[in-house]
Amino acid sequence: MSDANISYGAAWLAALTDHAEPLADYPASVRVVDAALAGRAARYIAVVPDAHARFPRARAGEVGLAEGWALARALHDAVAADEDAADKRVIVAVVDVPSQAYGRTEEAYGIHQALAAAAEGAIRARRAGHPVVTLIAGKAMSGGFLAHGYQANRLVALSGEGVQVHAMGKQAAARITQRSVEGVEQLAREITPMAYDIDSYERLGLLHARLDIAPTAADDAEAVERVHQALADAVADIGDTRGLDARIGQGERTATAAVRQRLAEAWAG
Amino acid sequence: MQTLSLDYPAGTPAARRALAGVVGSGDLEVLLEPGESGRTTVAIATSVDGVDDIWKAVIDRIFSEDGLPALKVEINDFGATPAVVRLRIAQAMEQTNPEASHA
Amino acid sequence: MRDVAALLQRQSFVELPARARCQHLLDDAGQRELLGPFERLTSPWLPKQNIVTQSDDGVVIMRGTLGDTKVVVAAVEPAFQGGSMGEVGGAKIAGALTCALADVKAGDPVVPILLLETGGVRLQEANCGLAAIAEIHDMIVALREHGPVIGVITGPVGCFGGMSIAAGLCSALLVTREARLGLNGPQVIEQEAGVDEFDSRDRPMIWSLLGGEQRVATGLAEDLVDDDVAAIRDLLAERVTAAPKTLARTTDIARFEALLETVDPAEQATAETTRAMFDQTTGAA
Repeated sequence: MSDANISYGAAWLAALTDHAEPLADYPASVRVVDAALAGRAARYIAVVPDAHARFPRARAGEVGLAEGWALARALHDAVAADEDAADKRVIVAVVDVPSQAYGRTEEAYGIHQALAAAAEGAIRARRAGHPVVTLIAGKAMSGGFLAHGYQANRLVALSGEGVQVHAMGKQAAARITQRSVEGVEQLAREITPMAYDIDSYERLGLLHARLDIAPTAADDAEAVERVHQALADAVADIGDTRGLDARIGQGERTATAAVRQRLAEAWAG
Repeated sequence: MQTLSLDYPAGTPAARRALAGVVGSGDLEVLLEPGESGRTTVAIATSVDGVDDIWKAVIDRIFSEDGLPALKVEINDFGATPAVVRLRIAQAMEQTNPEASHA
Repeated sequence: MRDVAALLQRQSFVELPARARCQHLLDDAGQRELLGPFERLTSPWLPKQNIVTQSDDGVVIMRGTLGDTKVVVAAVEPAFQGGSMGEVGGAKIAGALTCALADVKAGDPVVPILLLETGGVRLQEANCGLAAIAEIHDMIVALREHGPVIGVITGPVGCFGGMSIAAGLCSALLVTREARLGLNGPQVIEQEAGVDEFDSRDRPMIWSLLGGEQRVATGLAEDLVDDDVAAIRDLLAERVTAAPKTLARTTDIARFEALLETVDPAEQATAETTRAMFDQTTGAA
């Protein structure tokens, strides 16, 4: 790995696993490391840039075809390995994904299906009783985040510049909504769900914890220790739960809470 | 987006509520509900700015007619022409008629 | 002559708005819309951006039956904001699926049918849409343990973004020739990767790769159906009675990884190379 290719995802994955060797049999863009979290077995997974990735549209850390299927495999294998275990290993998704891969080949060969398989892998792990925790260590964007990280029982985020959650990059968002990039930035300041920064995201009630740690701090032992502790706290908070309930209808997602409540009332009739 | 409120004298409250149209390009959504006796209110939200006069003319013609039931009208418009506005309101009014078949 | 008569009798599904689609698919007796337009659960975010709301936020939830099976239809209105998923519409779908799961677990089966005419996340509500879509994904997978979850894509809006992932999670996907299914919308790919990579105005190319016929031919959708209310309804009536089973499209990982190994990633995919790739092991799978 060259310095130019360092991603926050790669840096934090290495730091949290004490630089353990990733499992073989995965593409270089998907790092899977089995290591401990607070004394409990855990599988850490990150999607990272690989300048030599087979598919050229997925070389900058995007979740592409190969990454989607590899993520699915890493999760399915963990579930299968622990099928009879009382104590299922923790899954930690370390997330710095700029986006999904954009390309003709990707669409033709079914990138949506690869991402569906990855999301399902995490859902199945969670529903099988694996605590699934995500560390948002950089960008958590769009389909990339849906495939890698968003299905965790708990989301934990670092802070500051470089930590972002959104559905689309600013340029594309501007074109699709027929606004200027400045227009998109202006709206992002006023409309919480339009914002890219993690502080705004936190106001939507979707985070379990936001740590006052910069994504650049992966080489700071104290910061790594605090992240470990936060992930362990999240696992403890999960307990025996298997759903996403903890983050539904919190914060400024008041309409979500209202709709779900009224729907539940109307459902039975 | 621009909003506009209008009201008109009317008869007794309409028998039922009705919906027509969607907020799609060149279309609008019309929601009709029984109004307060003697009065029809029309609340319009439109994506097109600066055409109050046209809206007022179109809506006046429809609701100034004598003998109409009292309605609470909500219109959500996405650039419909006056002809489409009249069509959707007529479709919705038709459904408020107690004799009309109702899906 | 009989074909002409059949054509004349045909009622287009695509031309119906979302609410009418639900009404036409369900048995006449016992249809019930939940959180309908007069409840006025509209987007809290669009008015702040000076955008007109729709009284149902572009999503219709309707309960009823299809033959002997209890179903709930969640229909996206493609004409409103490109069929985009905002906070309210997303919560309506996720919430309906959550209620369905509770019933199913309590021994009262109900089969979800999702009418996925959607561009994906509504960018004006970006992170709220994205969050709701993740919740929809979760519920589809959870429900599939117990029975079918059926996706339907019929019209020219297609099914894109996070909702294409939802489509990929459905146990059966019904599509028409006019339908498209893809992760990234053509405009977005062109914006991000350039016009040489993807020309968003090249309709023949787009439909040849993302169109319903191609998706069925390559096993990424199950059924090709005409744009005909009766045909769609009849097919759905069959599909809703399916027993739960493992979904090869999401779990046969080794096959997909092996197939991708056989292609040259430097060469731009065509409809033909795609079919050739997927054909290789269709017999063995």
